[in-house]
Amino acid sequence: MPTRTVTVGSASGLHARPAKIFVEAAAKAPVKVTIRSGDRKPVPAKSMLSVLALGARQGTEVILEAEGDGADEILDSLAELLSKDLDADHV
Amino acid sequence: MSEALLTGIGVSAGIAAGPLLRIAAAPALPAPLPVTDAEAEITRAEAALAEVVAELGRRADRASDDTVAEVLRAEALMADDEELREGVREQVEAGHDAPHAIDGAFAAFREVFAAAGGYLAERVADLDDLRDRAVAVLLGLPMPGVPAPGHPYILAARDLAPADTADLDPGQVIGLVTEAGGPTSHTAILARALGLPAVVACPGVLAVPDGTFVLLDGASGRVETGVDEAGAKAAATSAARVAAAAPALTGPGRTSDGYEVKLLANVGSVKNVRAADEAHAEGIGLFRTELLFLDRAREPAHDEQVTAYREVFAAMAGRRVVIRTLDAGADKPLPFLNQDGEPNPALGVRGLRVARQRPAVLTTQLAAIAEARSLTGADVWVMAPMVSTPAEAAEFAAAVHDAGLPRAGVMIEVPAAALRAADLLRVVDFLSIGTNDLSQYTFAADRMCGDLADLLDPWQPALLQLIGVCGEAGRAAGKPVGVCGEAAADPALAPVLVGLGVTSLSMSPRAIPAVRASLAAHTGADCRRLAELAVAAPDAAEARKSVR
Repeated sequence: MPTRTVTVGSASGLHARPAKIFVEAAAKAPVKVTIRSGDRKPVPAKSMLSVLALGARQGTEVILEAEGDGADEILDSLAELLSKDLDADHV
Repeated sequence: MSEALLTGIGVSAGIAAGPLLRIAAAPALPAPLPVTDAEAEITRAEAALAEVVAELGRRADRASDDTVAEVLRAEALMADDEELREGVREQVEAGHDAPHAIDGAFAAFREVFAAAGGYLAERVADLDDLRDRAVAVLLGLPMPGVPAPGHPYILAARDLAPADTADLDPGQVIGLVTEAGGPTSHTAILARALGLPAVVACPGVLAVPDGTFVLLDGASGRVETGVDEAGAKAAATSAARVAAAAPALTGPGRTSDGYEVKLLANVGSVKNVRAADEAHAEGIGLFRTELLFLDRAREPAHDEQVTAYREVFAAMAGRRVVIRTLDAGADKPLPFLNQDGEPNPALGVRGLRVARQRPAVLTTQLAAIAEARSLTGADVWVMAPMVSTPAEAAEFAAAVHDAGLPRAGVMIEVPAAALRAADLLRVVDFLSIGTNDLSQYTFAADRMCGDLADLLDPWQPALLQLIGVCGEAGRAAGKPVGVCGEAAADPALAPVLVGLGVTSLSMSPRAIPAVRASLAAHTGADCRRLAELAVAAPDAAEARKSVR
């Protein structure tokens, strides 16, 4: 299954605005994307509550997975989003 | 309800008449019911969640502030969640009815959030709010929070938090009354910013049944219940006519015999400048720079600061802008300063004191202010918050002049500084009295403590006496002394402050017209007489009465 390992780049972690941007992007994807951190169970990337519950901070490694048509492209773009500092974009 | 008179502290002048409605409380979970049709129960629960999402979306659409809209949309996203719906489904299938299934589904996330601590633990309140909203929909009750009945009403609450009032609709809410709170509480500041009559610290107001017609006087603090509706409306209309006449008066602030008092606006960013212009402010008396620093993991860079300051300076070209250097600490902690763990933050390293540990924060800010000034034509004055001694003032003035800025001043927020105002004016060009903090430190009463509201009343004679010490020092030195706290926004207090020697008043733009009208109704001699009466009064209530 296509997989990407990414380090969270946002200064405030995968919370608040960065989480919203990521979840909204994942919800638009035509395939089902999951996200997990460490050995924990993968959760749907388009579930805001599950993504928040990961508690990922800046520097935390997370793993994205998806299957189906275009999975690689989707994972690339979501991985890029996660690695950026989405707080810095705000200003 | 029979006629009754409740009394609180008037914090925003004006008369309002209308039905009283309370902020709806969170609904209690009903007794569990057996589930006969699981699919129907799931549909009912999902529809309630969908209504919560839709309602938050509507509020976001209505919100005039972008930040508020974004917060509401983020909250909506948390309720529009497939894992949450999955949790609800599992709960119903385990035999729980819709309200309990929703409670259970949120509880699973609540536990994880609470255990994680920090940011996530703070989101527990959001989860509870979403659950309460969905349960209210299921029970056919109003959603918790500020009512939106579609007609004008007076809002009653124990106290108002910023979250309650972020998207408050001034088309429907015509007055505010709270059981707790004080003159510097969020309710009071919001009311003055919106121009709504308001009374705080009003015991008994929550016992008044919803829908009771009341007459509220935001100047005297009186709230009359069970009044004659027609009479109350007439009183409100005539008061509104008087208030409407005030903006007709424009131009610089002055007493009836021509003594000039600059009327300035308090702003946080260029967004507030338009309101200042609409009120014919003569300049900016307090440009707060904290907004730029809030929620930041790192200090904003020089160029970013230049841009933010330049916007305001450019909009005020040719006019005075008093900019305050970073006022961090206490109620405004900043992540990048790592101030966690101070046992008593209001008495800790805040305001100018931050420069003791982090001098570069101040020098960077002064350099950015100087550059922004050189790019615009504003008359820029710079002042430091939380100054206690002439030595601190001298050091700050030197830093300001080293940065190439011509005018340095200090805020008077600490009694020690007020008592030594004359010494301070030997080393700085002006003083600006922050009455909210000066009250807090003079009376040893926390600004956030509603139970001590009476001590924080800006009419307290001891506070006025300290302002008088500053005014006298300003007169002797021939240097300006302003007031930029909430006290400056009280039309009845304005002549008293001027009589005490204050030469400028800076406030929420909305408050300017009424203050201008009040000054125009008094001579300089009136002001001095009223000031003497107020300072001589035994307490705040008598001080208010003495100037009537």
